[in-house]
Amino acid sequence: MQIKLRVRRYNPEAENPAPHYEEFTVEVEEYQSVLDSLLHVREYVDDSLAVRCSCRGAICGSCGMRVNGHATLACKTKVVSVASDGGTVTVEPMGNMPVLKDLVTDMKPFWDKVRQVTPWLQPEGPEPEGEYVVPPESMNHLNGVMACIMCGVCVSDCTALEVDSNFIGPAALAKAYRFAADPRDGEVKERLRALNEYGGIWDCTRCMECVEVCPKGVAPMDLIMALRDKAMAAGFTNTYGARHAEAFSDSVKEGGRLDETMLAIRTIGFFNVPKLLSMAPVALRALAHRKLPMPSPFHAPIPGVHQVQRIFGRLEKKQ
Amino acid sequence: MKYAFFPGCVARGGTPELYMSTVQVCRRLGIELVEMVSASCTGAGVLQEKNRKLGDTLNARNFALAERLGLPIMTICSTCQGVMSQAKLRLQDEAYRAEINQVLAEEGLEYKGATEVKHLLWILLEDVGVEVLKHHVVHSIQGLRIAPFYGCYMLRPSDALGFGERPERQQALETVISLVGAEVVDFPGKSRCCGFPILTINERNSLRMVAKHTGEAKDLGADAMVTPCPLCHLNLDGFQPKAAKQRPTGIDLPILHLPQMLGLAMGMDSEALGLKRNIVSPKKALEKVGVRM
Repeated sequence: MQIKLRVRRYNPEAENPAPHYEEFTVEVEEYQSVLDSLLHVREYVDDSLAVRCSCRGAICGSCGMRVNGHATLACKTKVVSVASDGGTVTVEPMGNMPVLKDLVTDMKPFWDKVRQVTPWLQPEGPEPEGEYVVPPESMNHLNGVMACIMCGVCVSDCTALEVDSNFIGPAALAKAYRFAADPRDGEVKERLRALNEYGGIWDCTRCMECVEVCPKGVAPMDLIMALRDKAMAAGFTNTYGARHAEAFSDSVKEGGRLDETMLAIRTIGFFNVPKLLSMAPVALRALAHRKLPMPSPFHAPIPGVHQVQRIFGRLEKKQ
Repeated sequence: MKYAFFPGCVARGGTPELYMSTVQVCRRLGIELVEMVSASCTGAGVLQEKNRKLGDTLNARNFALAERLGLPIMTICSTCQGVMSQAKLRLQDEAYRAEINQVLAEEGLEYKGATEVKHLLWILLEDVGVEVLKHHVVHSIQGLRIAPFYGCYMLRPSDALGFGERPERQQALETVISLVGAEVVDFPGKSRCCGFPILTINERNSLRMVAKHTGEAKDLGADAMVTPCPLCHLNLDGFQPKAAKQRPTGIDLPILHLPQMLGLAMGMDSEALGLKRNIVSPKKALEKVGVRM
């Protein structure tokens, strides 16, 4: 089949370095990947096209790029899965990182963030003579995260990083989980304390982009959620995020459905007057438009709330 | 067409206009709704952070209630849809479902695994059908330029949302915008996060998201934006005046709920659609196409 590759080009050394799109018509076989077609362009059409790749087998994590708007490994993405005969495939460099040339991004900010989470084991006590021995079943939960190949695809499409480059991001937080949940690590509490800070676990929006695009099934967002739970269990509860999680759960338990106004107040904190006042214009606007939900005790519980409460009673304790 | 109507917390709380417009539009389209008044919150992914089994049990309870009615569930919230779809996927595992049913049994309930959960957006195209919709549309908003905004959980995770069998769901919002005679303003932000989940946690980032997406659509010439998610609406509409301070030119982009847009195209009264409750008034945008409110 024949497709058009619409490639975002950028060369900082060109006379006119402004990014632009260039189209290449390419013949592809059913078994070929987007990377194959890009390499064909580089070999036979335009040898100035910059593409980074190595293994071509979804192991090395070098060829992360955006295909039709979503980050992926170009070697793992078959052309037939993203275009039909005569169609166009748009290829762009990964997002949330500087572009060096064409489809090649600078991974330094990525590695800086990974280093930020102390990505090595910090066991406590005297060093054993041999290995640190743990039962295999106590490591099973880490199998998924250890499949991470550090390709940067999740970081590319992270919606929180898009507006705040200080956010540690999904890949580094997944790596943080890998050590914070390792039974041999002795610095878990210190790790969780650091992750609880600004830019850490509570800045994830739960948008699931990282889960959707990860080529290895790591599901970084799920691991960020696990870190949140660990942080709260370790006593780090004095954050907006932790209060929100607690207040949300309490609200559903009390009324069966959310008491939105009270949820916001409890998350912000009853005595956090400056922050509460900063929300006042929004609340007043909502009130003027007859859409400010009435908080408890005017918030009526659902019929059957006792069922919900009994379910909470049975399952809450088993965490 | 009859559904067990699951409005969700926000349509019964902070966005009453969504509830009003849904009821009105469904009545006009011949969609019969039996409201699930005793259904609980889905957990919105927040409850699941701490305790997934608890979240799945609450959703299984809702599914069991719908099974008792013998009706599929209709949602009007991207978040509810996504969270329910994920729970439903996990509950397909028979051993897990049996475990959850043990808890439900004490409440005299059982989830057999059959309940279908469908957002109004999908119902419009898959159950009501394009021809019936076309029949009801009087083209009163023809020429209006509308940007779609999905809400994360209507698009992700794709394996829970039936995209394998129905890939067209990924363009459902654009399809409905075109069907009602409006012009689609496509923009990359349509599939991104609105910022609502971190509103009280990191307000600065949340407002940056509002400004980014609404500003981007506005710059591309959108007269309005439409969303099938009340949580997105709360942020993109309710917090737009605050977020607008980030842009020298402001924003002023009305955000319509899906049934509000549909109702307008069906020539329904703006009062019945609750348009006066929207924080960013759609008045000016609607005047452009000769609709008065």
